[in-house]
Amino acid sequence: MAAAMIEIRDIARSFGETQALAGVDVDVPAGSVVGLLGPNGAGKTTLVRILATLLLPDRGTASIDGVDVVRQPARARSYIGLAGQSAAVDETLTGRENLHMVGRLYGLPKAEATRRAHDVLERISLTDAADRPVRTYSGGMRRRLDLGASLVGRPKVLLLDEPTTGLDPRTRLDLWEFIRELVHEGATVLLTTQYLEEADELADRIVVIDHGLLIAEGTSDELKARLGGDVLVVSLRDPADLDRCAVILTGIAEAPQVDRRGGKVTVPIGDRVGVDVLAEAVRRIDSASIRAADMGIRRPSLDDVFLALTGHSAEEEQNGDDPGAAKPAGKSGRKHK
Amino acid sequence: MTATTISMPNTAASTRPVGGSIVADTLVIARRNLTRVVRTPQLVFFQTAQPVMFVLLFRYVFGGAIAPAGFEGRYVDFLIPGILVQTSLFSGAGTAFGLAEDISKGIIDRFRSLPMARSAVLAGRVLADMVRTLFTTLLMVGVGMLVGFRFHNGFVNGVFAIALVMLFSFAFSWFFALTGLVVKNIESVEIASFTPIFPLTFAASTFVPVQGMPGWLQAFAKAQPISQVVNATRTLTQGVRPPTTQAAGRPTVYSLLWIAGLTVVFASLAIRKYQKVE
Repeated sequence: MAAAMIEIRDIARSFGETQALAGVDVDVPAGSVVGLLGPNGAGKTTLVRILATLLLPDRGTASIDGVDVVRQPARARSYIGLAGQSAAVDETLTGRENLHMVGRLYGLPKAEATRRAHDVLERISLTDAADRPVRTYSGGMRRRLDLGASLVGRPKVLLLDEPTTGLDPRTRLDLWEFIRELVHEGATVLLTTQYLEEADELADRIVVIDHGLLIAEGTSDELKARLGGDVLVVSLRDPADLDRCAVILTGIAEAPQVDRRGGKVTVPIGDRVGVDVLAEAVRRIDSASIRAADMGIRRPSLDDVFLALTGHSAEEEQNGDDPGAAKPAGKSGRKHK
Repeated sequence: MTATTISMPNTAASTRPVGGSIVADTLVIARRNLTRVVRTPQLVFFQTAQPVMFVLLFRYVFGGAIAPAGFEGRYVDFLIPGILVQTSLFSGAGTAFGLAEDISKGIIDRFRSLPMARSAVLAGRVLADMVRTLFTTLLMVGVGMLVGFRFHNGFVNGVFAIALVMLFSFAFSWFFALTGLVVKNIESVEIASFTPIFPLTFAASTFVPVQGMPGWLQAFAKAQPISQVVNATRTLTQGVRPPTTQAAGRPTVYSLLWIAGLTVVFASLAIRKYQKVE
């Protein structure tokens, strides 16, 4: 394997009082997908925008195929394709016109831009809708076009900033399939997401960030292994019992974690035998008159990992938006579409 | 690795220098902006409806009560040069709106992440808006002629008059570009553009002679650029009336100086702001 295609070293960036990134190192090897996982406000978008030369870091360096994005932004731009919430397509133009325009702005001659637009349209299955204005597109078609626009210049790396946020589950699956195909063909991708499932599905390696700091890194399996084996999961009927339940389960194995959003308590069982832990938990919960909806021992999900690492769920709403977006009107503007 | 697919790196196609070509990229952006204008005809309609109403209002409602002191000729010939300047300025406000819209929708971010000439985004915007403004301005010349306006100073001077109006609109389009980049928000950008332009347009010789204004306002009205450009346009289309009271070249020269000054100041501010927009 060659050196890292994307190399991020000690990148930090603040917006006024808010520190969006507090010194982050990430490597993305050529031909691989790294998923940047974290809740809203974790600093994911800030990092993507720095790589896309849309934002300057306060300190640290980042390079794409050896080209420093701060010192040689013009060259770096010819290496990247950006899609997702950090970039957009023009709604008045047709899909074909959008792609053609992007091709021209990559410096392609007219005929070549036309040919690439045609190829990409086929690739993203938008040939039928190619000559309709984008404002008539569904959310999923728009995202595909957005992704397509990032492919026109045949970039060395794709930066996908929350590519499926706001899409319905079926459309999301379609888009995952498409991204997987791209990866299969050798694309190098840095993907941000707040969906654990998405990182699990698409990424070779996952980097978990929270409050601007890298808190864990590894393959999905490695991250799950960090929890030390299986977890006991107790879902409660009444969320008011969550804290009481966590208290009575303390000491049964490792420290219990409360997932308020999921209405459950999870306990990593470490090296204890699952059945023993389960039996003990049933006894304790029963004698405390707590009503459980479901109990069981299972393999940890990435959600459990996130909960254990950060003390809160990955999809839990944070206070404040990601300051990296730095354009509140735009963010909401795109999401309402 | 397989080599036939779109996602594969292949940078052989581009032969141009890193950073893009300013002329080619400007034309691509201008074309995109004009396509948007053509596809939203309702916008063009309302943008032309407003100056037409101004023409009718001043020509037929207020016009009867206005006898421009020191101007030998009909009020309609006094009015239309003012209308042309007003129209071109108000139409230029679309620059602010368009930029703010592109910023808030993330289009500007797309452009900024592409290996294109960065200044082409602003240049293409201004170029497209100049074409749009030329269209509305010529339309207003037509409307003016329908209600009685005439060129009394020859065809060539008439062309110079239109050119001067367009240059002035060009200078102000940088002001509007700056406004769009600073305000960014679609809802507030219209107010932000018109708040300075509206009083500037009316506290001027646009619709009435400044001699009727109180002294302090008269001093302001005489000094500010819109009066200079309106006076120059009036002189270029009507000749000097009466010949003894006004040197023909003066307002034109002052106008050109204002145009140069405004362009330098606002273009450099807008370009600097664009480079920094985050």
